[in-house]
Amino acid sequence: MTGVWFVLARVGRDRSALLGLVLILALVVAALGAPLLATHPDDVFELHPAKRLRPPSGEAWLGTDRMGSDIYSRLLFGARITILIGVIAVGASLVVGVPVGLVAGYHHGWLSDLLMRVSDIFLAVPQVVLAILIAQTLGPSLPNVILALSATYWPWFARVVYAETRALQKEVFVESTAALGASPWRVTALHVLPNIVSPIIVRASIGMGFTILTAAALGFLGLGPPPPTPEWGRTIAESREFLPGAWWYAAAPGFAIFLTVMGFNLLGDGLRDVLDPRLRRARSAGDG
Amino acid sequence: MRLFALFLHRLVWFVPTLLGLLVVTFVISRVIPADPVALVAGETATPGQVDALRRQLGYDRPLPVQFVTYVVQLVRGDLGRSLYTTRPIADDLAARLPATIELTVVAMVVSVLIGIPLGVCSALWRNSWLDHGLRVITVSGLAIASFWLGIMLQLLFAMRLGWMPLNGRISGFPPRGITGLLLVDSALAWDGPAFAGALAHLALPAATLAFPALATLVRFTRAGVLDVMQSNFVLYERAMGLPRALIVWKYILRNALTSTVTQMGLLFGILLAGAVVIEAVFDWPGIGTYAVNSIIRSDYNAVMGFTVWAGTIFIVVNLLVDVAHTLIDPRERTT
Amino acid sequence: MDELLGVRELEVSYATDRGPARVLDKISLAIAPGEVVGLVGESGCGKTTLARAVLGILPVGAARVHGGEILFKGRDLLREDPRAVNDRIRGRAITFIPQDPFTSFNPVFTVGTQLMDLMRWKSPRRAADADGWFRGYPRERRRADRDAVLEILRAVQIPEPERALGRLPHEFSGGQRQRVMIAMALLPQPDLVIADEPTTALDVTIQAQILRLLRQLVKERSVSVLFTTHDLGTAHEICDRVVVMYAGQEMESAPTDAFFRRPAHPYTRRLLASVPGADGEIRDIPGEVPSLVDPPSGCRFHPRCDAATEACAVALPEAKLVGADHEVRCHHPSVMTAEWP
Repeated sequence: MTGVWFVLARVGRDRSALLGLVLILALVVAALGAPLLATHPDDVFELHPAKRLRPPSGEAWLGTDRMGSDIYSRLLFGARITILIGVIAVGASLVVGVPVGLVAGYHHGWLSDLLMRVSDIFLAVPQVVLAILIAQTLGPSLPNVILALSATYWPWFARVVYAETRALQKEVFVESTAALGASPWRVTALHVLPNIVSPIIVRASIGMGFTILTAAALGFLGLGPPPPTPEWGRTIAESREFLPGAWWYAAAPGFAIFLTVMGFNLLGDGLRDVLDPRLRRARSAGDG
Repeated sequence: MRLFALFLHRLVWFVPTLLGLLVVTFVISRVIPADPVALVAGETATPGQVDALRRQLGYDRPLPVQFVTYVVQLVRGDLGRSLYTTRPIADDLAARLPATIELTVVAMVVSVLIGIPLGVCSALWRNSWLDHGLRVITVSGLAIASFWLGIMLQLLFAMRLGWMPLNGRISGFPPRGITGLLLVDSALAWDGPAFAGALAHLALPAATLAFPALATLVRFTRAGVLDVMQSNFVLYERAMGLPRALIVWKYILRNALTSTVTQMGLLFGILLAGAVVIEAVFDWPGIGTYAVNSIIRSDYNAVMGFTVWAGTIFIVVNLLVDVAHTLIDPRERTT
Repeated sequence: MDELLGVRELEVSYATDRGPARVLDKISLAIAPGEVVGLVGESGCGKTTLARAVLGILPVGAARVHGGEILFKGRDLLREDPRAVNDRIRGRAITFIPQDPFTSFNPVFTVGTQLMDLMRWKSPRRAADADGWFRGYPRERRRADRDAVLEILRAVQIPEPERALGRLPHEFSGGQRQRVMIAMALLPQPDLVIADEPTTALDVTIQAQILRLLRQLVKERSVSVLFTTHDLGTAHEICDRVVVMYAGQEMESAPTDAFFRRPAHPYTRRLLASVPGADGEIRDIPGEVPSLVDPPSGCRFHPRCDAATEACAVALPEAKLVGADHEVRCHHPSVMTAEWP
């Protein structure tokens, strides 16, 4: 477990990664504390047509939208949606992609080829395009968005894990352990898994950023959770007809997306800087 | 001759992937939904109409047969018929293709012409204010939702400042269409105002589209150059007193670019994915808007057709990028 | 002063975690015109650093020159205009043969391109006042240069030079690549070639071949060579004079014959004793290589020297002449009248 502290300490020294961590924590706080932090928590459901499209003021910190709801409060609740989508989609991709990658990496045969071919197909098409098709087929809703995103992101995990597993197989210590008669499961659990944890973590962090952007794009196109869910992408779409007058209506959710994705990207980059060189050093130590 | 053999070899990979894509889209569109015919028929169809449609489209046949028919149709170029326009989807897409091509190509050219030199300079003057500034921009570039960036640019440059037009490809009459690419057509027709107009209309959408691509290019080029700068051959070139400009812009860049070229496939993916959404923002009469409008109108066939088409294009482009990579890195040719 | 290259009291340090490491510690070295000088020493003694310092390609930021002079034809390279040095000295009057022929060629350009690019800027037929990029590459000169390239490729025994030009570096064997490197070092008609362990990366069976070729070619052209190596056998093979380095300083400098038959420095004698017959590896001197961050006081070798006295720990020995062109930095050099061993 000292490894975790070591990583955290190194990340702490990297200023931009630290900034990323702060942004992510802010997101989490906003999401978890939405009912408490929101000035108008009921505005997610209630309408106040009389107060529509008001600029930022003391009462509505980021102004009001076309239904008169407080944009700031809806943004906070939208953070919940964002986190939910991100975590579940990336988590599901991981759960599917990592075993696929492991199996494909370990085997050397038709199974491995088939699995990698399948993931190549998904990687061959931009994520947005396939996600649009899936979301359109299944209908706009929150679970469908998550499904569409997971179904299109898992190959990234599979590919990373596959590459790492194959590379590790060539390492002497894996070969010798196998030669000594250890079962594949044992070799995998004891030797392969610890070494692939780092790239998986890095990919997960970067993946969160991509997934959130794609989710916002789906929401913008109307394929996300339907109103009154305060999803950020959809809010931007709603705001368009009221530009340029109500500029805050479009700026606020977009900026929220920016800060969130930036946070995950910075953290992912920082993690990669910390974990990768360590990974290489750990491997060369294994050469004896 | 060797190059041709290489091309064939890559082609062998290309066919199963394409087929796989078709399987995936087929599964998504016909196997997963409860009643694909109902989706195709639309929300207003009666059960009787749905049944008739089912027989007409052949959806009552066994799935493997459906798949074969589907593939055969696609090979013939028949992407189905749009529910909204009732025209063949392939025709609709072809009509809108030049607009998307023009936008994507301009964005690609801009990002390459600006991105690569910036990446090189960023690597040469590492940790300078230029380098730090660029890193901030590139990190932001990948964190901004492109549709939002487009909207913000519209807000500032079109609505508030009035420097650029708000949307569309051209105001007024387009030049006589030969290629469908407004810049080319207006140049061929010596139509100055049309050319200027087309350019002005291209400015914002191309800038929005180019931004993430540019950010990626700067990053990759920077990393590539930094990596190559450490090589022994660069040391040798310096030891022999070759001019610095020669070392950087010929010897280092060529090596760094071999890795950047493989990223072109990635770049194209970014551009294509971005085009879909950005065309919607700028009302650009291209394929992206077609896809988006089809979504809004629940024109299910059209969305499917678009996906297959986009997927195929993407796979083809990746194939071309692979070939280009072997052209640029001569080491690949002789192995 | 009939000296082509004169390194005088050069001090170069590298930045390390534990402080600056004095990789070159007031080292002095002289090379006469047409002389092949071997610079011998264990790994890490500073030979490569000296070679790179003369060429002026020390890693920027990590290494610092903070004392001494590098006189080339009487002018101090460290104080000349850097652009003039890059244009007229580097790759022209002083050329380089690197250690690793496998990674020293640019992999994506043909050998011909790299050779002709070198000729474009460093050909002896290029006028001294030729302007950089705008003057272009005159056609007659290009033809003459190409002929010179083909001629020297034949001289280094590359088969079918015309076709070789169109090939990529990885299509050549290591030995062939190093021959081309030799050719590239000689094409600009330099006064001095700096060869940094040029045969270390090659197969033992062809090392001797390459060395002999190099010696033959430089003698034909009266070119001086600074030849670094950790292998005494190699030094014996082709050098006119041998200099031994230890901990950033020169210990002994003598003509080859005198060096191997009448070594005067205890370190040299140790080195020669540790050579087991045909294999030229250096082994088994008691003690450890000293830290360059905190080197021993006085003579750097005294902790490992069996002839050391108190005086050795106190003062750095001056260079003493103990024979014809034979200098030693030792308080107690032993001048053997009998042959060694």
